[in-house]
Amino acid sequence: METNPIIETSELTKVYNGQVAVDRLTLRIPEGEVFGFLGPNGAGKTTTLLMLLGLTEPTGGTARVFGVDPTREPVRVKGLIGYLQENMGFYGDLNARQMLAFVAELNRLPRDVAGQRMEEALEKVGLSHEPKKKISAYSRGMRQRLGIAELLIKDPKVVFLDEPTLGLDPDATNRMIELIEGLCREKKMTVLLSSHMLHLVQKICHRVGIMIKGRMVAQGPMDQLAKEKLGIGSERYSLEEIYMKYFQEVKP
Amino acid sequence: MIGIKPILRKELADHLSSYRFIILFALIAMVSLITVYMAGLNIKKDLEGVAKPQFVFLMIFTSSGALFSLQQFVAFFGPLIGLILGFDTINRERNEGTLSKLLSQPIYRDDVINGKFLAGVIIIAVMMAAIILVITGLGLSILGVVPGIEELWRIFIYLFISIIYISFWLGVAMLFSIIFRSVATSALAALAVWIFFSFFVSLGASVLAGAMTPDAGSSDPEAVMRRATIERAVSLTSPMELYTGSTSTIIDPMRKTNRMFVQMGIMEQLSISRFAGPLSLGQSVVVVLPYIISMIAITIVCFAISYMVFMRQEIRSL
Repeated sequence: METNPIIETSELTKVYNGQVAVDRLTLRIPEGEVFGFLGPNGAGKTTTLLMLLGLTEPTGGTARVFGVDPTREPVRVKGLIGYLQENMGFYGDLNARQMLAFVAELNRLPRDVAGQRMEEALEKVGLSHEPKKKISAYSRGMRQRLGIAELLIKDPKVVFLDEPTLGLDPDATNRMIELIEGLCREKKMTVLLSSHMLHLVQKICHRVGIMIKGRMVAQGPMDQLAKEKLGIGSERYSLEEIYMKYFQEVKP
Repeated sequence: MIGIKPILRKELADHLSSYRFIILFALIAMVSLITVYMAGLNIKKDLEGVAKPQFVFLMIFTSSGALFSLQQFVAFFGPLIGLILGFDTINRERNEGTLSKLLSQPIYRDDVINGKFLAGVIIIAVMMAAIILVITGLGLSILGVVPGIEELWRIFIYLFISIIYISFWLGVAMLFSIIFRSVATSALAALAVWIFFSFFVSLGASVLAGAMTPDAGSSDPEAVMRRATIERAVSLTSPMELYTGSTSTIIDPMRKTNRMFVQMGIMEQLSISRFAGPLSLGQSVVVVLPYIISMIAITIVCFAISYMVFMRQEIRSL
């Protein structure tokens, strides 16, 4: 599995108004890996993603995506990464096709490629049957699926998924999980998944990192973490137990 | 600049299909048409049986039909077009969460603000050009006078100055939409600034000048001059003053200067009226060029401030 890393950070630090949001984060993610990014709300996960996208400047340390520095060449990096943000916004008065066409245009895709990908993506996420419906009338689950369709249009090598299942009902969550698995398996994308759905993370991630109060307290394959923390062999652990263990250690 | 095209296109489409634009356009078109129609009828009545003055066509812009002339109307309410088009440019997107989505696509951050500003300017230009063309046509049919080439040039320059003037207020509104997160706050702040600079500055100017030269009167002509200078200097901080000063000279060739005359007695009035020939177009432009340049400058400064603030904002706080 250890090929050359696609995402690499060393001592990456971000301070907001005197508060340390991300504390000397060192991370290597090889190509094709699905990395689970865990941690309580406000632990600095989103900030890390924003720094990797070049949307926020790090206070210290370095980050590289495909060997490119996101702070110096944000446009190149943003062209390589698909970002499904938390609480994603849409232009409510557009319909799905108009929205996707706009994304394709921003990514400077040729018209024919964009058109073809658009139909495929809408078919895939199950939004092709109501072409005239405006996004403002979409349910939360439909919006998230449209977000996935945007990623499919862009077809990047790396995707950042920030809380993709937040606030979805069980059925919508399952559909979302299927789509995300599709991204990992069929498209062979490198995925950085930040989520509180631990069973989802356990199901699809190769490695996980647990971030608490800006610090990465544990990083590695789940088996290894289980062995270290719970002292039991593989197969018989749940990620939730590992997570709670770390969380309780750091809490006081 | 690579990402500016899709944003520009989307913004234009948004503006043109928004109720806000349609209502605004309908309102302004209606008021200007009525104003010019009334003005046209008045001019026609006044000129009956009289030899037509040289620049009769331009009078439809400056003579008031019922309450105000078209030029005054644009000076007063033109800024509202800019404010209404711009007050929620950035903070609406921020509140809806679309701004960070836009910025996570492979475009430069300034493409967003450039595209939005440019789209606003294009909308303003289209709106003003359409209104002025319709008015010119209406003037033709009411007055029965065909404008000469110089008059057309003057109308064109008038249009150009109006676009800059309204764009300045668009820039102000955009600046507030970047600074304030709440749409209501930015709208009210922009309105407050508009009212202050358009109405209170000119009032304040005469009060201030009066206070600083208390002994002005026929016994002290120097003080009268000083009072006029102070009043003029203060009132020139108002963009509306710059606009009315420059457009009235452009649209009325009989005006030789954009200053107010300080007239001391009857002889001076007589001597001014003796030289009552029209100014050539080139000379009119020379007279108001400082005003036009000032307006372009404040527009650029305002946009530059918005640009800098926007580029430095943290995405997290977006």
